[in-house]
Order: sequence, then C-alpha cells, then structure tokens
Amino acid sequence: MAEPNLGAKVERPLSPHLQVYRPMLSMMMSIVHRATGVALYVGSVLVVWWFLAAAQSDSYFDLVQAFFGHWFGRLVLFGFSWALIHHALGGLRHFVWDLGRGFKLTTVEWMVKANLIASIVLTIVLWIIAYGVKS
Amino acid sequence: MIVDPGMKTPLKKVRGWGSSKTGTDHFWQQRATAVANLPLMAFMVGFVICHLGASRAEVITSLHHPVVALLLIMGLASAFWHMRLGLQVVIEDYLHSHLTKFTALALNIAIATSLFAVSAYSILKMSFM
Repeated sequence: MAEPNLGAKVERPLSPHLQVYRPMLSMMMSIVHRATGVALYVGSVLVVWWFLAAAQSDSYFDLVQAFFGHWFGRLVLFGFSWALIHHALGGLRHFVWDLGRGFKLTTVEWMVKANLIASIVLTIVLWIIAYGVKS
Repeated sequence: MIVDPGMKTPLKKVRGWGSSKTGTDHFWQQRATAVANLPLMAFMVGFVICHLGASRAEVITSLHHPVVALLLIMGLASAFWHMRLGLQVVIEDYLHSHLTKFTALALNIAIATSLFAVSAYSILKMSFM
C-alpha cells in the first residue's frame, strides 16, 4: 500500500461560490441574515454598557443615557432595533424551512419579501411606541 | 496481523477525533436558543423602551423585582450563547488557517461569556441594591 503524503497540499476542486450566481432576493436576504447576526454581536456591547453604567454610578449612567439620547446614539439604536427585528423574523423563516415547509420558489420569494417589509414596518412601529412611552 | 482499515482516512486516525462527538448538537442549540430568544428579547426590548431617559434610581427600582431581573439574565444567557454559536459558524466558514481560526474561535467564546458575566453581574448587583 502506498503511503499517503499527509503534508502535501492537494489541489482539490472548489465548489462554485456566490460570484457565479445571478443575485437573487432570497440569496441577498440570506446574506443580510448573517450580516445582521454579526452586527447584533457587535451591538450587544451597547446593551452591556447600559447595564454596566446603571450598576456603576449616577453620573456614568447619565453619560450613557445622554449618548443614547443624542441623534447619533438614536441612529445607532434605530439600526440595532432593525437588525434585531430583521434577524428574528429571518429566524422564523428558518423555522418554517426546518419543519420542511415553504420550499416552493413562489413561497420562498413571498417569505423573503414579507421578512424585509415587516422588519421595516415593525421597526417604525416600535419607535413610534418608544416615543409614545417617553412623552 | 491484518488491520481492517475500515472507512477511516489516515488523517482521521492520526487526529483521533472520530466524529468529534458533537453531531447535530450545535444545530439544536442554535434553534433552542433562537426559540428562547423570541419572548426573552421582546421582554428586554420592552424593558429598555420603558426606561428611555429614565434615571438610574428608576432602573434600579425596576430590577428589584426578581422576575424582571431573572428574565433579563435568562435573556442575556440565551442571546449570548446564540451569538457565540452563530459567530462560530461564520468563523469556520471564512477563516481557514489553523492559527487564526482557533484564535478566533477561542476569542469568540471568551468575548461572549465575558459580556454575559459583566451584564448579568450588573443586573444582580442592582437587583440587590
């Protein structure tokens, strides 16, 4: 039996990746699902910062509250809330697929469109509620 | 002596990992935390909205209720575990050199668990204030 050379780099054929496909909405939404997930990972630091500041002192908490009250802080929070809602709805979409349903192409297209539209609508509704609670 | 080579490749034998003994565990944990995240994150978002522009004293008073504190801590545990599982897949997909991959995988666990520890401790501290 020939001894296999474990150290040698074997040139294996590569499966085609994203660049060979025509962009489609379902594919884009799959990328967005992953992107929002990574964004939420980074954004979670803000939640930790908020709790940490509240546990720390009055002045530190006021500083963090002032940051989130500033237009830039609000913008970050708006993006964060959209990413969270979009990722959550994308997760529901994946649950449907996990159950072995919704694989018809028309259904897939319908679900990804509904995901996108609902995420934007729900984010705006959430912020209307938030401003309603505050005032 | 004849040793049956079976279906194992020499590489698999050398590493001795077998099937890595995890199977579909990662997938199931991802789904279980995803389900848990739905109500728990809704609660956390609600908590944050209710305390927009609130004073520190108001936040602390809310956290005195054990159910509020516990739901937030459970939400953080579920979300940070879900995050760790998710980023692990991203790392495995895009990082291929051993050193960077294993460093990233270790950092991922360290960051996610640290963020949980800091936030959970903060909530507990305020809950008992």
